[in-house]
Amino acid sequence: MIRPDAPVLLEIRDLHARVEDKAILKGVNLTIRAGEIHAVMGRNGSGKSTLSKVLAGHPAYTVTSGSVHYRGENLLDLDPEQRARIGVFLGFQYPVEIPGVSNLEFLRVATNARRQEQGHEELDTFAFEDLVRERLKVVQMDPAFLDRSVNEGFSGGEKKRNEILQMALLEPLVAILDETDSGLDIDALRIVAGGVNQLANADNATLLITHYQRLLDAITPDYVHVMAAGRILRTGGKELALELEERGYDWVDQELAALAAEVA
Amino acid sequence: MAASLAVPAPAKGAWLDTWLDAAPVASGELALVQQRGREALRQQPIPSSRNEDWRFTDLALLQTLPLTAAAAASAALPEVASGALRLNWNGSADPLVDQALPAGLQRLSADEIAQGLGHTLAAAGCEQHWPVELNHAAAERVLALRITSRSQVSLELVSAAGAGLQALRLLLLLEEKAELDLSQWIEAQGSGLHSLVIEAHLARGARLSHGLVALGQADAALLAHVALEQEPESDAQLSSVSSGWGLARLEPRAVQVDGSAQTTLRGLQLVDGQRIADTHSFVEFKGPEGQLDQLHKAVAAGQGRSVFNGAVRVPRAAQRTNAAQLSRNLLLSDRARIDTKPELEIVADDVKCAHGATVSSLQTDELFYLQSRGIGADQAAGLLQRAFCEEVLRELPAAARHWCSLERLLEAAA
Repeated sequence: MIRPDAPVLLEIRDLHARVEDKAILKGVNLTIRAGEIHAVMGRNGSGKSTLSKVLAGHPAYTVTSGSVHYRGENLLDLDPEQRARIGVFLGFQYPVEIPGVSNLEFLRVATNARRQEQGHEELDTFAFEDLVRERLKVVQMDPAFLDRSVNEGFSGGEKKRNEILQMALLEPLVAILDETDSGLDIDALRIVAGGVNQLANADNATLLITHYQRLLDAITPDYVHVMAAGRILRTGGKELALELEERGYDWVDQELAALAAEVA
Repeated sequence: MAASLAVPAPAKGAWLDTWLDAAPVASGELALVQQRGREALRQQPIPSSRNEDWRFTDLALLQTLPLTAAAAASAALPEVASGALRLNWNGSADPLVDQALPAGLQRLSADEIAQGLGHTLAAAGCEQHWPVELNHAAAERVLALRITSRSQVSLELVSAAGAGLQALRLLLLLEEKAELDLSQWIEAQGSGLHSLVIEAHLARGARLSHGLVALGQADAALLAHVALEQEPESDAQLSSVSSGWGLARLEPRAVQVDGSAQTTLRGLQLVDGQRIADTHSFVEFKGPEGQLDQLHKAVAAGQGRSVFNGAVRVPRAAQRTNAAQLSRNLLLSDRARIDTKPELEIVADDVKCAHGATVSSLQTDELFYLQSRGIGADQAAGLLQRAFCEEVLRELPAAARHWCSLERLLEAAA
């Protein structure tokens, strides 16, 4: 839902970042307002996943210049846990398995960390169980998964559902979903996309990172951005995704070559 | 030539001679054992880094410890589990005085003790080990118990001591199909040396689940041997957890006298500061179709040092043995040190013997995943550390599991 007067939640300006010695992001600009759903598309290696990890504060990535503000606050100054507590959520492309840490305890500790930041009371074990059982419905998840270790032995689809369950519990204002559709069959995709749609509202925003149109058939974006060589090359509406589906990414290479020629 | 005026340095082991000279005259049921132990100690050199088995483990701490008899102390533990017998056991008083023993648990007679004492130590090849001789020399009593055929007994042994020397000796005979859950707590509440020697003989079809939780402090040492002698179809599980000792050396030793038995070993040791924890295990299969399942874990922080040596012997007679040993180690600091070594001696040709060892720090991806959900770096590290330890803690017998919170272990370790 596009409302020009809606508050800006995330403002990315000329963001440059590298991993080890390799520059990956080379000047990303993006403004996300409350109520909006954005999709970032692009080839492998274009910098999409790096953008998501930089926003979440992964220690392997170094921001070399530019800025990111979340509701006016400098996000890059904050530790990953602080970013999560104030409402920035990253749905992982490859959710990590953590043997020995119970999923239920993990979800409770995470939820309480967010609640504490919001000035809400922490939930005890019983109150949390009630909440989590209700939120399980968002992703049609079997409560048996709560008793297992975090993501351990989960199928690809179960892991992604667990990510959306976390999102449902943490109620972020900006959710960045990194290739949430990868590894999902049609049914799982429908459930995961249904969960994202249920959670999207006028006060929050979603940034979908994806390769494929099929996710965008299920979640309608307000904006589609095409990323290449560490920048957003073009921005359009949902029709841009359809165009990509039809024409592929070859034209992106041509535009990049033209840009390079201009610079030279 | 001028004579040197310098005072000669005390000979290595002078502290031990001093203690032996001052020890009260051997008496009581263990008088002979004590005398032999003391003679052995006078003759044997104290193990040093020149001995392969003690290469990484320095016993220097021992010479600084008070070795007068430790005063008994009380341990802050939850109430005794229903149906279990709890004995406060300090090695000098008789813990069975005024105790009504549950059905199936009996005290061994003097004759039976004379016959059984040392048998399992010899079978496990450790009756002359230095820490065992030290126990021989020091222990005044043996707690000697029988679990009668087909009975089930839950026993809790609690040994908390103040400063000084605590020497504990236990002899267990499990008759055919007897079952014993043994939860054991050893706690140092002052500077001192805790010496433990356990012998357990498991007759055919007997089952022993033994959980040993040992909490020490930086100026205290634990030297423990737990020897198991298993007849076929017996099932022995020893789960040990140690934390906080300036020096802890644990030697679980199991011998399957005719194979066809199950041995399960679980170990967890936590070291921080400049503490050392060393587990030297030994398992021998003297017949076919024996099974071993062993997992040893260590967490090393600060300048702590963890040592694991896992010997497994599979002679020709032990065909179709199935043994698996895994050593997993968590290194939390650049200055901590882990030494881990499997020592497999396999002669039989039709066997499965797997072994492996890993040393790693906390995984960056796991930490980041937890942090990205709002969990602070310290809490995330704590969760991961808990998960690492839990794999061993959950296998303790119920009472020991109940006693042994990770918080308490970590508090002792630091």
